[in-house]
Formats: sequence, structure tokens, C-alpha cells
Amino acid sequence: MLRIPCPHCGPRDEAEFSYRGDATVTRPGPEDGIEAFHGYLYERRNPRGWQVEWWQHGAGCRAFLKVLRHTVTHEIRAVATATEALEVPEA
Amino acid sequence: MSQPHRLAAGGHVDRTRRVSFTFDGRRYEGHPGDTLASALLANGVRLVGRSFKYHRPRGIFSAGVEEPNALVELRDGARREPNTRATVVELFDGLAATSQNRRGSLAFDWMAVNGLLAPWLGAGFYYKTFMWPAAYWERVYEPLIRKAAGLGRASGLPDPDRYEAAHAHCDVLVVGAGAAGLAAARAAGATGARVILAEQDALPGGDLLNEPGLEPWRTEALAALAAMPEVTIMPRTTVFGFYDQGVLGAVERVADHLPEPPPHTPRQRSWTIRAREVVLATGAHERLIAFPGNDRPGVMLAGAARSYARRFGVRAGENVALFATHDGAYDAAFALAEAGARIAAIIDPRPDSPAMQRAREAGFAVRAGSVVSATVGGTALRGIELRAAGGSGRGDAVAADLLMISGGWNPAVHLASMSGAALAWDEGLQAFVPGPPAQRERSAGACRGVHGIGAAAADGAAAGRAAAIAAGFAAAPDIALPDAPAPDHRPHPLWEVRGRGKAFVDIQDDVTADDIRLAHREGFSHIEHAKRYTTHAMGTDQGKTGGIVGAAVLAEARGEPLAKVGLPRFRPYTSPIAWGAMAGEGVGAHFQPTRRTSLHAVHEAAGAVWMDAGIWKRPAYYPKREDADAWASVLREARAVRERVGICDVSTLGKIAVEGPDAAIFLDRVYANTFSTLPVGRARYGLMLREDGIVFDDGTTSRIGPDRFFVTTTTAQAGPVMQHLEFHLASVWPELDVSLASITDQWAGIAIAGPKAREVIAGVVSGLDLSNEAFPFMAVADCMAAGVPARLFRISFSGELAYEIAMPAGYAAHVWQAAMAAGAPHGIEPYGMEALGLLRIEKGHVAGSELNGQTTAQDLGLGRMLKKKGDFIGRVLAQRPGLTDPSRPRLVGLRSLDPRRQIRAGCHLLLPGGDGSSQGWITSATQSVVDPGWIGLGLLRDGEARIGSEMLAANPLMGEEVPVKVISPHMHDPENLRVRA
Repeated sequence: MLRIPCPHCGPRDEAEFSYRGDATVTRPGPEDGIEAFHGYLYERRNPRGWQVEWWQHGAGCRAFLKVLRHTVTHEIRAVATATEALEVPEA
Repeated sequence: MSQPHRLAAGGHVDRTRRVSFTFDGRRYEGHPGDTLASALLANGVRLVGRSFKYHRPRGIFSAGVEEPNALVELRDGARREPNTRATVVELFDGLAATSQNRRGSLAFDWMAVNGLLAPWLGAGFYYKTFMWPAAYWERVYEPLIRKAAGLGRASGLPDPDRYEAAHAHCDVLVVGAGAAGLAAARAAGATGARVILAEQDALPGGDLLNEPGLEPWRTEALAALAAMPEVTIMPRTTVFGFYDQGVLGAVERVADHLPEPPPHTPRQRSWTIRAREVVLATGAHERLIAFPGNDRPGVMLAGAARSYARRFGVRAGENVALFATHDGAYDAAFALAEAGARIAAIIDPRPDSPAMQRAREAGFAVRAGSVVSATVGGTALRGIELRAAGGSGRGDAVAADLLMISGGWNPAVHLASMSGAALAWDEGLQAFVPGPPAQRERSAGACRGVHGIGAAAADGAAAGRAAAIAAGFAAAPDIALPDAPAPDHRPHPLWEVRGRGKAFVDIQDDVTADDIRLAHREGFSHIEHAKRYTTHAMGTDQGKTGGIVGAAVLAEARGEPLAKVGLPRFRPYTSPIAWGAMAGEGVGAHFQPTRRTSLHAVHEAAGAVWMDAGIWKRPAYYPKREDADAWASVLREARAVRERVGICDVSTLGKIAVEGPDAAIFLDRVYANTFSTLPVGRARYGLMLREDGIVFDDGTTSRIGPDRFFVTTTTAQAGPVMQHLEFHLASVWPELDVSLASITDQWAGIAIAGPKAREVIAGVVSGLDLSNEAFPFMAVADCMAAGVPARLFRISFSGELAYEIAMPAGYAAHVWQAAMAAGAPHGIEPYGMEALGLLRIEKGHVAGSELNGQTTAQDLGLGRMLKKKGDFIGRVLAQRPGLTDPSRPRLVGLRSLDPRRQIRAGCHLLLPGGDGSSQGWITSATQSVVDPGWIGLGLLRDGEARIGSEMLAANPLMGEEVPVKVISPHMHDPENLRVRA
């Protein structure tokens, strides 16, 4: 069970959160066409390493948070609010 | 009753008290401090079970969690528990245990004929034999296999015991309370750190319990720990898994050592422990040697025999042989000799060693350079055969009733491995030890190959101190350590003695060395493949004694070093755990929460029959005495709505307040239709798509003010819609100034529907002109209802003139009663979910059965709702060819041609006289009140073109084919005159 440091509520158990996948994809503009939306909805990098992903603190502040997690070690290195940018380390 | 093999003194059993128990119906006695296994051995019971596959006789093999053989059913009735290990079951008065996996008596098991069939029952037998024909699996093979194999029987009754889940936090968690663990906890505790010391045994001490001379140190250590306020000792607690970020799982057996849990006490407690630092002091499991007949009752791990003698005061044999490959095992021979046994022979493949010399000086017959090549006996060992190491054929026979074996020690690296640490090969110990840590853990003592009580305690103290310092505490003075010589556990690498007969590498799963070689020959040469092909190390003991022996046999077959072959991956659980402990309190009514609307008591008083709608309780219908059956109630309620007036609790609908200057823009983007044009004081039906273009949810949304909207969702999707809105607002359009609040629980809803609805509303609501002109269909306004603030909506799900009153939840019962009083002169009746469903099917309104996550707006006949201009979720991907294909199944209405013949949801729609291929299916079905007979909604290929034609509603499961007519889904008042009346 992970512990996620929520910027609003402090460190909280994973059970309070729900996962919503890759936070680096951006919704295309309305005129960008089917291919662009297909990529936005379905295509994921699935990295072995660091990934920025959405977690919603559903049992807390309900904010959608950006979480920098290592997909192998499950280390959580940084958490940001939805509008903040998170830098992905090289390794 | 006598315990002929009990020593007169010594050990940790209380001889002043007697404990009575039964095994296979026979009564025996033991003492407090015994395990079931030690008490059986004290009474001379050697045969305790039959093996998994070959039904070979089996005895007690170990003295701990690693036990492969002595699996018994414990207790009776609803508390009967299969596969408990007699070696860890604490004896209590009245304990009843039964041997498992036998047909007939334990001594004569007719399934032992499998032993004769053994040449055909090797690894992969099931995969190869029970393959064809496939239809035989369910009816023939599986019942046969289940009957023949398998171990104990579950009770089949509800578990009468209670379990708890609990959380704990600490600075340093020490797993294992042997010498290393006790020293680690003491050293860490001395710094002031918060320490948890978890020990699976009832008695802390580990190998210290086998060393009477070190008892003062153990007692003193425990007293010192008890005096530290920040140290918690948890006996009978198995740490079964090491997860991410310093989380470990454990099960505390609170009451398993008692006949049944005392009042208000759980049987077991599952712990989630968060530790800053972890010290693993889990010890080691002794390793078996594979030789023919190594599974015969009377063959036992050397350390186990030593433990029975020293800890339990039980002589496991009278005439004892030792087969060992290292000096560390020789203490077992001395322990048995002290216990009064005769040492018949010590067999060791090595030419000479210091321990051998000491054994010779003690007068034991040492057979250096020899191995055991066979065991002799039936259901009990009578003797062994020896031959020169590296030789072949038969050798000398030596009489013995106990053969103690030791092929070295396997460090218990399970938790370290689960934490992510790689394993490293130790050539001297011929064993895998933990590599560099991946988490904040360190191993100490035997689990990292540091043997001997003195050395392990020193290692533990260093680890405990380092862990506390790493957790932020200042170093404390050194603690006193026990002084004990370190035994030499470095074994001669002898894994297997080949010969005639079965040499087991996994005694529990009946896996032999030959099976491992067969797996290799058949291409399953990876350790993980060989494991699964042979079931090696897949039993309840997880190969603790023989896992590495199988790996060594595989390594030899592959011609590669064992270090390269490795071990299968360790996973939770390190020891078997009861499912009840995992479920904790989450069983029965506590499995999930129950939601009740604020009108629950009102419905109960009205005699509602309940149904589950997700986790909500909703009235299905309200039976009356004169109703012949449930359908009579449902039809009566629906008829009341069509002919007079009905009242229904709609509080479960999701309600979301969407407010802010950009609320209208936001709703335009999340709904497929437009809301920015909605005037204040009006409601509109809205359709939400998922981004992939499939319909997500529908509901009525009202504009309360220029910047205030009241969104409703279906009951089922209330949570997901809220999340969907939150996600898009936060991540996609953060620039929009909108706030969202779930107000489902704050507002209750009451629908009043039927031609007389206006009269009823007039008797309840004040402050509004209810005339059709002033308050038309889709009007919304704040008002007073029965004297309390409320909001009135003129919306209709039933297809009749209808209103919904929304009010603060606490007022709902009051308003409901006022409406019932106002409606009494008009014959008002409450209606439930069933009538609600009937009415909406007649009207052609879609619900969950049609909004099934596979349908598009076009499929549901709602394609025209999609706005042409502007962005909205799902707009682009809804245009994909697969979703716009005109031949996709479309929503249609269906009517059974014979009004008495029922059609059912789930029926497939076939062409009469066609090839039987499905053209669509029925999504919802009911009886109609406006035109009696069976009707339904369905999704039908080329549906619109087929209106007016006949199809067959086929239900092959029930052998039904009912002719139906395809009709418009809008079966009742298609012009919407009634809702606008």
C-alpha cells in the first residue's frame, strides 16, 4: 500500500485515492480529428521507470493530483496539483 | 495416560499440568507448551498423514512452519479447519484433530495404490492425460481429480468466528524473536525508538528455546523489552508479506491456542504495519536431502529432532541415525543421546571434520564418506541402507527408528526477496542470502547466513542499532550479548543420493528428483517453468525445506551452476493465512455499506418489498393483501399512475451542484447537447458521452440561476459522473471558473405522477402558480412544500403529467406524508422500482439496461441530441466508422404477439425461418398496463427498417421462442400530450 503525500491533506494511504493513469497526455483541440483523440484516449507509453500519473484523493480533498511514481519500485518522489508541472527524472 | 517418549525433565512444557486431546478419535495427553506434533511424538504417534498424490504414509518431518507432512484437520463442525500444521498448532484441552487425505484408515489407505501406478503419475500427468475430450473436464475429470487429490475438507459452514483488521506504525519493525531479533529489538528499543517485535511462535526465543544454558539471557532480554514502553512484543504473529514503501502484512493468532475465542475477542487479527525501518531476523529452515524413501515416517530434520528433545522434552526416536553434510547438525545427535536415545550411526559424505571427531569421542558410530541410499519399513522407519558416497547399488543395513537428516540451512529470505532485494549466492553456505536492500530493511542472523546464537545476537544488535539510527534516533549503549560458540553450517554440497525408489525434493507435493529431470527433458527448464510443471514448492510449505534441492537437481540436469538457476520468485504469503483474517470485518452485512434514503422508514411502514439498486435499498413494490402476486402489485401501482396519481421516492438519483461564471460553458462541453441556451427556471434532458463516443449517462439538468445549475445523474453513475466532471474541470479545462459539489445526500426527491398530479401538488406546494401556462412542462422553481423550503420540477419519467419535489433530506418524510394526505381523495398510491420500470418501458425511456456502456446516442435514437457546433466530450470519437455504422443495433419496441406469452430481457431476436443468427436482443421487458400483454425494449440490427415486422424472441436456456412484433419504442403517448397536459 502506497502512501501519497497529498499537498492539501498531508501523507495519506493509497486506499483514499483512485488511479486515473498517465497525466502527460493532453486532450486535443476540437478540430484535431479522430487520430489525435485516439492517441489521447488509448495510446500510452507504459514506461519502465518514472511516470507522472493522475490520482484523485477521493476520500480526502477530492483533488486530482499529479504523482511522480516509479513503475518498478513504486517510489513516489513528487506530488503536484493538477495545474503544476512535474519534471520526470532521466532514470 | 502415559507419554512413553516424554523426558522426565527439561524444555518449555509444563509437566505439572495435563492437556487432553484426540487424534483420529483416540484420546491422548500432552502438556501446556506442547504443539500437537510434540504431543503426538510424546505418545509415540509416528504416522500422521497420507501424501498428496501417491498416498504414501507420512510422519512429522519438522518442528515449525516449514512442515510438509503433518497437515491435519483441526476442530469440528463449523470451526473445522483443514491443512493446519501439527508442528505449529498449540495444544489446548479438548483439541480434536483428524488426519487428512486418506480413504479408509490412516494405516491402510486404499488410495496408496497410486504408489503402484506411480510410473504413470509423474510430473505433468494431469496435463497430458486429462486433455481430451474437453467436455469430460467438467463431468468426469475434475470431480475425479478433486476426489483423489486435495487435502483436508473445509467445514462448508459459515465461520462462527470474528476477525479484525488493524493498523500499526513503528520506527523499527523486527520480524522474528530469535537471538538476532531479540537483540535487534533491544538495541533499537534502547534508543527510544518505537519498536514492534513480531514472532510467529507463541514463545519468543527461536533457537534459544533449544539451549537451556542460554535461558537466563533470553529471560533477561524479554524482561528488558517488557520494561521499554515504546517496545511492543507481538507473539503468535506471522509477518507474511513485505510490500511497497515499508508496509508489511501480518496475522496475529489471537485465540487459535484456545478451544474457541473468548467473548468479544477476534479469532485472528490482520495487521497492516508501516515501519520506517525493518530488521528481518527470520532465521533459517533446515534443508532436506533427496534420497530414496526420504519421506518415510521416522525421517525427520535433524534440527527438529533436537528441538523436540530440548524444547519439548520429547524423544522422537529410541534408536537414532543422523545423515548430515555439515558439522552444525551434529548437536542433534548429542541432544538425542542426552535424551536417552541410542545413536545407531552418523552418516556423513565428508571424509572427516571436527564434529565427526567429537562424535567418535562420544562413542557414536561415525560412517564418514557414506550416504543413506534407502530407508526400510512400512508406515514407520525400521532401518536405513548405507553405501559409500559416490557409489551405487545396495549397501549395509542399519536398524533405526529415527533418521535425522540435514543438508544445510536455507536462510528464510522470503521477506527480503519480497521487499525487492535480489538474492546472492553464498558458496560456503551453499545457499541464497539477501543482496543489497531495495527498501529500508536489513537482515540479521541466520536469515542472512550468520549462524550460531552468539554471532546472530551480535548481528541482530548491530542491525537494530543501525535501524534505529536510520530512523532518526541517537545511538544507545551496547547491550549484553550471549556467549555461545558458532556451529559450522557450511555443508558439503550433496543434494541427492540416486537409487531405486522415490527421492523427494518436495515431500508435500510428492515431487521427486526424477520429476524435476523429466520437466527439464520436456523443455520446462526454467526454474519457474519446472516449478509449475511439477508443482515443486507449490504446497502450503512453499518448498521451505526442499525448494533449493529441486533447483539443485535442475541445475545439474541443465549442467549449470545453482547460482545461475536460482529459486522461484518469493511471493506472499510466507505461511498459510486464513481467508477470514484477510476479510476482517468485511463480511456479511459489513461486506459493503448499505445506503438508505431519508424515506426508508416511510417505505418500511408502507410494507415495501426491498430491492438492491447498487448499494441503495429501494422499494420494489408495495404489496397489498388483495394482490394475488408481485405482478398484481406492480400492475396496480402502474395503473394508479396512468389513471390517477402515484408517488415515488427518487432520492437515489445523483445530484450535483455546478456553479460559477463558466458553469454553462462547462456543461456545454460535458453534455452532448446544449445547456448555455437553457433559460433560468427551466430543466432539460441531458446526455453525456464518454470520450470514446459511447453514452455515459443521462439525466435532467436545471438552471436555478444564471450561474447555477442542478445536475442529476442516474443512481448507478452518480459517483462516476462526479469524478468525470471533477477530472475534466481539474485537468482539461482548469481555466473555467466552476465549482462542483455532490448534493445527492443533502436533497431528497419525491416524484408525483399521473393525470391528478397537479391537484396533489396544489395541495402540497404554496407560492407558485401551477397552471400549465405559468408552470409548463420542464419548468423549475423554488417553492414551499408543506411549509418547508423546496424546489419543484415539472419533469416526467413515466410519460404522465408529473412533478418532482426536491427538499432537504430531513424534510422528506414530512413532505411525503403531506402529499399522501393531499392525494388521498384522488386515490394516490406509492409505486416502487418495478412500476417505475414498467412505466418507462411503455414510454420508451432508456435506462441502465440500454445505457450499458456499449451504445451510442444513435443506437438509442438520441442522435439528434448531439449538437452540431462546439466541442464536447465524445464528439470526435463518436464519429468513428464503427460507431456510425447504420447497421448497428438500434433501439426498438417489442410486443409479444400472444399477450399471455412472456418475453424476457436477454432473449435474442431471430428471423422467423432464418438461420438462427442473432439480429439483436431484448434489453428490458415488462407487462403493459395501457395495452395488456408483454412488451419490451431491445436493440435490433436495422431496427428502424424492421418496425412492423415479426421476429422470434429466443431463450434457448429455457427452450422458449416467442413471436414478437417490432414496434416503435415510444409505445405510450408518442406525441407527449400527457406530459404537457
